[in-house]
Amino acid sequence: MSYTIEGSTGPWELVIGLEVHAQVISKSKLFSGAATDFGSEPNTQVSFVDAGFPGMLPVINRECVAQAVRTGLGLNAQINLVSRFDRKNYFYADLPQGYQISQYEHPIVGMGTIDIELESGETRPIGITRLHLEQDAGKSMHDQHASKSLIDLNRSGVALMEIVSEPDMRTPEEAGAYIRKLRTILRYLGTCDGNMDEGSMRADVNVSVRKAGEAFRTRCEIKNVNSIRFVMQAIEAEARRQVEIWESGGAVTQETRLFDPARGETRSMRSKEDAHDYRYFPEPDLLPLVLDEAWVATLKTELPELPDAKRARLMQDYGISRYESSIFVMEQVTADFFETVAKGRDAKQVANWMLGDFFAALNRTGRSIENSPVSAADLGALLDLIKDGTINGKIAKEVLELMVETGEAPGAIVEARGLRQVTDTGAIDAAIDQVIAAHPDKLAEYKSGKDKLFGFFVGQVMKAMAGKGNPALVNEALKQKIGAPAA
Amino acid sequence: MTMLDMSIAEALAALAAKKISAVELTDAHLTAVEALNPRLNAFITITADQARAQARAADAARAAGDAPALSGIPIAMKDLFCTEGVRTTAGSNILEPFIPPYESTVSARLKAAGAVMLGKANLDEFAMGSSNITSAYGAVENPWQRDDGAKLVPGGSSGGSAAAVAARMAMGATGTDTGGSIRQPAAFTGIAGIKPTYGRCSRFGIVAFASSLDQAGPMARTVEDCAILLGAMSGFDERDSTSADRPVPDFRAACARGVQGLRIGIPREYRVDGMAPEIETLWQSGIDWLKRAGAEIIDVSLPHTRYGLPVYYIVAPAEASSNLARYDGVRFGARVDGADLIDLYERTRAAGFGAEVKRRIMIGTYVLSAGYYDAYYLRAQKVRALMLRDFNQAFAKVDAILTPTAPSAAFAIGEKMDDPVTMYLNDVFTVPSNLAGVPAMSVPAGLDARGLPLGLQVIGRHFDEETVFAVAGALERAAMFTAMPAVRAGAGS
Repeated sequence: MSYTIEGSTGPWELVIGLEVHAQVISKSKLFSGAATDFGSEPNTQVSFVDAGFPGMLPVINRECVAQAVRTGLGLNAQINLVSRFDRKNYFYADLPQGYQISQYEHPIVGMGTIDIELESGETRPIGITRLHLEQDAGKSMHDQHASKSLIDLNRSGVALMEIVSEPDMRTPEEAGAYIRKLRTILRYLGTCDGNMDEGSMRADVNVSVRKAGEAFRTRCEIKNVNSIRFVMQAIEAEARRQVEIWESGGAVTQETRLFDPARGETRSMRSKEDAHDYRYFPEPDLLPLVLDEAWVATLKTELPELPDAKRARLMQDYGISRYESSIFVMEQVTADFFETVAKGRDAKQVANWMLGDFFAALNRTGRSIENSPVSAADLGALLDLIKDGTINGKIAKEVLELMVETGEAPGAIVEARGLRQVTDTGAIDAAIDQVIAAHPDKLAEYKSGKDKLFGFFVGQVMKAMAGKGNPALVNEALKQKIGAPAA
Repeated sequence: MTMLDMSIAEALAALAAKKISAVELTDAHLTAVEALNPRLNAFITITADQARAQARAADAARAAGDAPALSGIPIAMKDLFCTEGVRTTAGSNILEPFIPPYESTVSARLKAAGAVMLGKANLDEFAMGSSNITSAYGAVENPWQRDDGAKLVPGGSSGGSAAAVAARMAMGATGTDTGGSIRQPAAFTGIAGIKPTYGRCSRFGIVAFASSLDQAGPMARTVEDCAILLGAMSGFDERDSTSADRPVPDFRAACARGVQGLRIGIPREYRVDGMAPEIETLWQSGIDWLKRAGAEIIDVSLPHTRYGLPVYYIVAPAEASSNLARYDGVRFGARVDGADLIDLYERTRAAGFGAEVKRRIMIGTYVLSAGYYDAYYLRAQKVRALMLRDFNQAFAKVDAILTPTAPSAAFAIGEKMDDPVTMYLNDVFTVPSNLAGVPAMSVPAGLDARGLPLGLQVIGRHFDEETVFAVAGALERAAMFTAMPAVRAGAGS
């Protein structure tokens, strides 16, 4: 525990808990058959249920329930076979029913835990308090018309999972790592796409500060933070604000705040006194949600391999480092790409190429692994060309650049551009003779004991051969011609 | 006998025998509606053209040998059922301009069964009331007259449905019953009505009052007609998660089953203070009739009965306060513009809701609010569970329970209006079966000294409407209730 905020009275420790709202991947909404596609024309994905028309009733979407259960299993959490929906009552223009159907007292998923990875290489377990299902509200738009607010109900009724953590995090970095890990797990499970910029994942951040060893002090909740960077910034800004209040003799009051990224500060949204009285009560339009134990067990057996397990397996099966493995498992497609290339090849070499030139090429071209210009098969073929001596490593880097540029297969590039390495000893010998003849002075120096010049001759020969000389053969032939260096 | 006095069963036989046509039957009823509605105000909206078109279609279907169960039977639809393309007001100003783009499941089933909808029946606003005086479209007058000539309430909330059926403006009607809204108006107007088991009829498309209590049911002049209508209205609907996925029995066949060997429970807690002696007497007659018909009479106890009204008046307003939040002027219905969103809400709801609805929204909001939830709502739910246990224990000993439907006969418009609590007492016998979800039916069984009809109530086990119909049928045969209201189609006057 090293992160503290230094105040005038000494160091302050942070206590952080997160409530992450994750939009469930499902074809239709939590309680209606309307579609959920992001980015559709406003109010085109709205049923009468979503618009809160008279006499309309919610009907639970089985797939959304399955997604919540899968997520609970992925968070190593308890699945509650009986859960219940409640109404959370408040008035707002984008809340058509005048209440949100949520789960208050009896959530579908109980206590769980996930391990987060820190920069230092440490891992830390973070407790999950609960996960519950609820419906999203619509969207109010206040900037589209001079005097009117417009409302888009496409999002109204879309299923959300609210995933609540224990107040187990102590640094902004841990909060960031928690969201990243959570997002990775959700993506592996296929239960949430985790796109924070599209709003399909949002975080409410609870922050308090305390002196080491103290009980928790009053916390504030920062609502609706929509990027990991902002979460980390908001925590730091809010913690500093609270430290200042405590140290100036004041007391932090429990309230809901908003983070302003432009100014790097949080500001009050509503105090506890102004807090809504949500008048929760059991949703009478829905029966308690009862899950069949066998169904849950089936979902469990159908779960994909999750990141922690995959990381361990990649290390075990391919002999790569924890660091390399951690990077590959962050996205399932990356891990799949690695495994496709590494199958039957030197995995260590594959890892080096991916983490080096391949990722660099992706970064440079602004592409991701999903739309990589180089397929796993082509990258594998490139490495095969090195292995079978068709090209050398240096040429291979050039070939990769050409693959990125043209999308062509490595074999075709090598052939078309005559990059096949030269193994013809006659040609190598001729090149050596040519170099020796051009540098009689260097040869003399070499012969007189300046061994370092051996590398100079290798370089000159390779240059004379346009880089295509087989490095081993060139070395061997040079030794024959000018003698091996002493060392 | 004119067509207007026929029961649904008789009319179906006459239609099948081609003695009458659906068009004739519908025209006769539309004429009756035209003549009587200005006085009784039983309909908010009359759908004459649509009714005639449906009647022609029914005749065509019958000619083609393809007449479904209710083909050509003219009925009234309580204006709480959403009807596609036909204004649905729930008796409220806030839905005054609302034309639903969809059809409720129950009304769709009736339509599919060939029933002809004459119009949308008046009701207490959002079904909140026991007298039909809270309707924004005016009070409904009971077609029965008291010896002093006072205008009487038809009961509520399904008062328009009850008045229409009693006055021969419709052969049957749909009602909804949250705390007695089918049975009490049926008793007040001398007709039959059943609130089936919670979950028997889909609530999809019915404007919600209190979701855990609301249940649709039929109202008609005979027990058998109720059974015929209920058969068409019932059944599982995947659009209502609380509807029951179980087969619909032959209710009609059950009506003639008799009560030989049945055990009938008489709950001692239903002998309440201030009950009219005539009702006490009628109850005893009911007991005697059933005994004579072969039933065994057994005293039972429903010890938590006296908590029924308080529990009901916590649970129902709580759910209503939430269910009515959607009437905010934003998406449909009436809107009164305001300076900002909150102002729009306040003006819209102030203008759109009547006093009784506002009262219940406030009560409901209060009992759910932080600090009061445990003392009111949660406590009420616990007592509700005890009331359900009362019924389950009683039904371990008996097959059905017999009680009066209401503690009095119909009262005059203006009476009992000063104190809402006095009004709420009307529901004392009907509320427990809503809270427990069990089926209950009112059967017309006699007249009081002033010539007004009184009803007896039969309560059954969950999903055992058949026994309820059997007992109600036996009571109907014994009571030989033939009295008719003064104001009715074909009565002259």
